[in-house]
Amino acid sequence: MRTLVHLTAGLLTTLSLAHTLWSGLDERAVALSFGLLVVLGELTRWSGPESREVAPLAAAGALSYALLGEDAGRATHHGALQVVAVVFAATLVGCVPHVARGQGPTADHLARRVLTAGFAAVCFQPLYNQGVFGAWGGPAYVLLLVALLGLTALCDAVLAAALAHSRTGWPFGPLLRDELRATLGIGTAVCATGVVMALAVAVVGLWALPVFSLPLLLTQLSFRRYAAVRATYRQTIASLARATEIAGYTPAGHARRVAVLSTAVGRELGLSEPELTVLEYAALMHDIGQLSLVDPVPAGATAVLPVAEQRRIALLGGAVVRQTGVAAAVAVVVERQADPYREQPVSARIVRAVNAYEEKVWEAGADGPLRALEELRLGTGQDYEPEVVESLARVLARNGGAVRERIG
Amino acid sequence: MRSITPWARVYVVAVALGAVLCAAPVRSAHAPWGAVALFAALCAACEQLAVGRFGGGRGYEGPGAAGSGGTGGGPPRWHTPVLLAGAFLLPPAAAALVPLPGALLVRGAERTPWPRRLWRAGQLGIGAWTASRVHWSLGGPDAVDSSGFPYALFGAGAAVVAFCLVLALLDGGILALAERVPVRLAWRGLFVRSLVPVGVHGLAGLMMAVLWHGPYGPVAALLVLLPMWVSWWVFAQYHRERAAHQATIRALVQAVDIKDGYTRGHSERVGQASMMIARELGMDDERVEVLRFAGILHDVGKLGVPTRLLRKDGPLTPQERRVIELHPEYGHEIVRGIGFLGEARSAILHHHERLDGSGYPYGLVGSQIPEFARVVAVADAFDAMTSTRSYSRARPVQVALAELERCAGSQFDPEMVQALVRALGRGGGWHPAVTADSVQSRGDYPPASPVSSSTPTCPDGVPGQVGTKDGVR
Repeated sequence: MRTLVHLTAGLLTTLSLAHTLWSGLDERAVALSFGLLVVLGELTRWSGPESREVAPLAAAGALSYALLGEDAGRATHHGALQVVAVVFAATLVGCVPHVARGQGPTADHLARRVLTAGFAAVCFQPLYNQGVFGAWGGPAYVLLLVALLGLTALCDAVLAAALAHSRTGWPFGPLLRDELRATLGIGTAVCATGVVMALAVAVVGLWALPVFSLPLLLTQLSFRRYAAVRATYRQTIASLARATEIAGYTPAGHARRVAVLSTAVGRELGLSEPELTVLEYAALMHDIGQLSLVDPVPAGATAVLPVAEQRRIALLGGAVVRQTGVAAAVAVVVERQADPYREQPVSARIVRAVNAYEEKVWEAGADGPLRALEELRLGTGQDYEPEVVESLARVLARNGGAVRERIG
Repeated sequence: MRSITPWARVYVVAVALGAVLCAAPVRSAHAPWGAVALFAALCAACEQLAVGRFGGGRGYEGPGAAGSGGTGGGPPRWHTPVLLAGAFLLPPAAAALVPLPGALLVRGAERTPWPRRLWRAGQLGIGAWTASRVHWSLGGPDAVDSSGFPYALFGAGAAVVAFCLVLALLDGGILALAERVPVRLAWRGLFVRSLVPVGVHGLAGLMMAVLWHGPYGPVAALLVLLPMWVSWWVFAQYHRERAAHQATIRALVQAVDIKDGYTRGHSERVGQASMMIARELGMDDERVEVLRFAGILHDVGKLGVPTRLLRKDGPLTPQERRVIELHPEYGHEIVRGIGFLGEARSAILHHHERLDGSGYPYGLVGSQIPEFARVVAVADAFDAMTSTRSYSRARPVQVALAELERCAGSQFDPEMVQALVRALGRGGGWHPAVTADSVQSRGDYPPASPVSSSTPTCPDGVPGQVGTKDGVR
């Protein structure tokens, strides 16, 4: 799948580069300005784990060039192939510093940018250059551009989900849903800015580019700060979750391992991104109730305690989490982690099963994983949900027992 | 808002009357009523959306935050582009009408008192009128009409500056009258702070105006608002997340306070005292903030020490003492992965070091001890002495300071002690405010009995320390 995408993008790029080199650039000034905008957008992009659209300014610039029909009232003549060539060259130049610093999957990024801009341009430019839209009134034309970009955003989401799917092996459906959800956020801003820039250039000429880039830079800055504070928050929670390990209540790395495995299982079960965040936080903090105990539980193994005691510790943990100002959903998961699975929300089922698995593996030693899974399967009558246990087994099988670290 | 002084009332009414005067000529002028109604509705809709989405409080934080720059230099409220687009398109009297319905009618989550609404309406009305006036006198509308870039930028820039100037002027007045901010401080920074965010929104407003007049009409102009809205939404999310983050840190610190049997709020007060010292030493704002976190989190490692030990009633065995003395290292281990804490991490590790090298964990001497750690050590000891513990009464601030000065040089850095003395002398004393007080003790702790406090003991011993078990020194 990924190779297919890369191949298509490569083919399209080669074709457009060849065509542009052969026939030369139409409207050099316009092409150069938009190219500069894309380069600038790429240079200011950042790579955060949370944010999907990492270079909104570049994306908006590429889309608006694809949808550009006029420059200060004069019709433009660049074709779809020139759009692809310019966007590709600019993105490549803008990527250089990022590659030099060794950040980000550049090939995927490039392929996505080229295909998305190419899609919009292929839909728009041939029809426009034949004068199909000449008879359309102003507002209708605007709505057409909006609809076109909506379609493009949809394609982009599918593309992004497909790339992520083949890169990580996570199920496609939830990935697509998350991509679409993200499109509603900054994707809206990108698309609206793309349309506005194309229209504004049509009205006032290239002056519109710097004027309207500034507000979008503001948006980008906001996003960046939001991503930064989210990353910090995650670090804080992950660090403080280690307090139980340092206190000797739980084995070193236990909270992190449970969080990584739980997130993988949650993804396997098709949880959405916000749900996964709740799950991750809850898994990190699931043992925090033990801090309230005067004496530690031996090896932190709560799964072998009497049920009443387990639930008491879970409730204590829920109380602690509730006061930490983390989303209430996290506290619910923590305090219900010891209930029988039929009464639990799905996140709590995952935390319960994964926690038990981790503890059993820790005790068992060499052939731990297999025996632990076997014990979990035996416990599916009441304690662990069968579906969760099977997902866990699949996740473990896929990663050969070692789950890659996916925590910021 | 506190009770409103009569002068503030007069001021608000005067400003509102000013706005009415600005808008009055609209009856004789040839106003495009359709556009005025549309812009007013948009403005009100933006305000309503902002109130609904962003928890109501944001826009109404007080007259100081109103309209112009928000508190602390955040971006302006996101109806600003609409307001400015109105000012660029409409004649001055009509532009003054645009913000009125939104400011008067939109109600927040909690009831907004009428003086405040009147104030906002008046202020924004006058601001919009001024911006429009300036824009017209510079021939801006023609430039917008014929899309005469870059000349249109010049007119718009002048209008934005005028808008900011008027809002800052009016804001300063209300700060002085209603919030009783000293007159010389009231106007400080208001204008400069609002200039950049309003300027950026002004560009969006200009784009709206240009597109409105262009061949694509109002539909295209409305699209400009979408990115602005997304930007605002993200900004609100950012604030929410940041607040949650701080609440998390605070709550975990309270968990330490409770576990340790300290009086409530010890950690936060240490944070405040550290901050006072840092300011006195002339550190920049960022380091001051980090140092506050260092103070707040200095004992977080006690989460890793068994509660039974922390609360042990009776003398500690040497072995138990060693376990408790591990807490700076535990704390450092816990916060190691938190990037933003920076220097604070070393402060947490070294806050029990002493200048003469008799501290722990490493027995560092003098300037080997990180600066932040020396600050936190003083703040910690100061709060330990001035707060009431179950085993000792609180001592007066003066006594505590004398004690610190006596131990300066051997245990504490004299520079930090002097900074604290100066800060307390200037700021009118020590009135720590503990923000979150709603903590009930949780879990199954035995009744409190303290073990580890950081009251100073110089080598020659400190009088008045009876009852403190010298667990941790």
